[in-house]
Amino acid sequence: MAGALLEVAGLSKRFGGFVALDGIDLAVTAGERVGLIGPNGSGKSTLVNCICGTLTNETGTVRFNGEVVNGLLTHERTRRGMARSFQLPRPFATLTVAENLRVPLLYTVNARPGSSLSPAELDARCGELLQLVALAGKATKLPRDLTQVEMRKLELARAMAAEPKLLIADESMAGLSQSEVDDIVNLLIQLNERGITIILIEHIMRAVMKFSQRLVVLVSGKKIADGMPADVIRDPEVERAYLGQ
Amino acid sequence: MRTRVFLLISIAVAAVVFFGARMVNNDYVFFAGYTVLQFIVLATAWNILGGYTGYVNFGSAAFFAMGAYTTVFFHKAFPMPIPILIAIGGVVSGIVGLGMGYLTLRLRGAFFAIATLALAVVLQTLVVNWDYVGGSRGAYIIRPNEIAWIGPYIQYLFLLMLALVVMSITIARWIERSQLGYGFATIRDDELAAEASGVPTLRLKLVATTISGALMGMAGAPFPYYIGYLQPSSAFGLEYAVNSIAMPMIGGTTSWVGPLIGAILLGSLQQIATVTISSAVNLLIVGLLLVAFVIIAPNGIVGLVQSWVRRREK
Repeated sequence: MAGALLEVAGLSKRFGGFVALDGIDLAVTAGERVGLIGPNGSGKSTLVNCICGTLTNETGTVRFNGEVVNGLLTHERTRRGMARSFQLPRPFATLTVAENLRVPLLYTVNARPGSSLSPAELDARCGELLQLVALAGKATKLPRDLTQVEMRKLELARAMAAEPKLLIADESMAGLSQSEVDDIVNLLIQLNERGITIILIEHIMRAVMKFSQRLVVLVSGKKIADGMPADVIRDPEVERAYLGQ
Repeated sequence: MRTRVFLLISIAVAAVVFFGARMVNNDYVFFAGYTVLQFIVLATAWNILGGYTGYVNFGSAAFFAMGAYTTVFFHKAFPMPIPILIAIGGVVSGIVGLGMGYLTLRLRGAFFAIATLALAVVLQTLVVNWDYVGGSRGAYIIRPNEIAWIGPYIQYLFLLMLALVVMSITIARWIERSQLGYGFATIRDDELAAEASGVPTLRLKLVATTISGALMGMAGAPFPYYIGYLQPSSAFGLEYAVNSIAMPMIGGTTSWVGPLIGAILLGSLQQIATVTISSAVNLLIVGLLLVAFVIIAPNGIVGLVQSWVRRREK
């Protein structure tokens, strides 16, 4: 697909004899909201890790913004505009909530050519982000003082702080209550309206259906469906994967 | 507080220490004080890698010894004033630090620690077999008795070490408050998340091993002049490796104050024990204190004070 922001072609990853991903093709257009679902162990997080450079894929290419990013380290991909949140929040435990957001501002935003935020601008930017995820009151707290949902918001805010073109949210809602899930879905849609392309990996179908414009299904390392959410969930193959025969 | 202001204040404090020590008019104060100051530099240097980035280095003695043996080498080959030797020792140990960092980039936790220990053994073996710097026999360095302007040579060495203390704590404090410090802290907390936030973790680790190694080498460079007779087993002594770890641990590893407090406390205690009991008791004291702190106050004295302040605020 021409003009795709993210283009994954023929990507495979094995762990020893286990094939975690098998020839995945995936293209995401700028501005899109894509949902990525699949049963446990189907390779969703592995795919994210290969896209972001945490793991190296054996075959296939990852093209981002027209550039092949295979072989680039994670931080180099982050600087090119790829950001991700982790499945289990991984905050910087000894830094305050505001400082957690400062890190990507200093190391990603300021590392881009032509950008240098002054200390005052950094503070302002941290403040905006905290406002966005409703954590402004906790700026000076340590991550261990946060609740689960706040921790997940911090995780998203930190990914947001890098001013990405593409945000990959890896199960950012697991274990949250209905209203908290709605909170985060609304937040993600809001971010998308600002022009950020988002890939959402999620198990909670209600959230996925509300969020996604397109749905991709992975089962045991293979992509088995890719299309309109309403069509995809009626796909017999998808039903079989989720419900069994 | 700006770094420049901090530097001026530390220089002022250092001047008070120096002239205070002169008022006592006893050379022993300088002999004992030199050792304490040397440990402040070593502890601060260790903490830049071990405390800020969380990589435990068991090979501090090797960096210290590299500095010391650089001095021995140049003392024979091409005599130079000590301040220049300190700079050269820093460069040599900094390069060793860079090399160590490069070779151990992908190692974490216990594996990194073991690698640093191995490095110390390898370097000691090299020095033992290098005849030019004395080999296993050791090397004598005859130092002058007096030096112009200052007087007794030991006072000159004390003053140099004091300058190194000012330099190292200023560097440590500057790192803590700079972008570099944030980067180091993210490496300590979560390397994966750090990379995802754009932190070039591999490069920053190399920066940390280089700075840390260089400062340790600088602390070691004047040592041959202090001790007069340098042999591999004293330069690569266990006490340097153990103290460089124990002092920051006891003081607190998250801030520059920790190693300073730890080194003053433990260093002075060891000097007192050497005089009143025996020098063999030193490592026992360190060991006991380390065990006690790990159990009672894992975040060191600084951590104790911080949690006490936090409790008062609530």
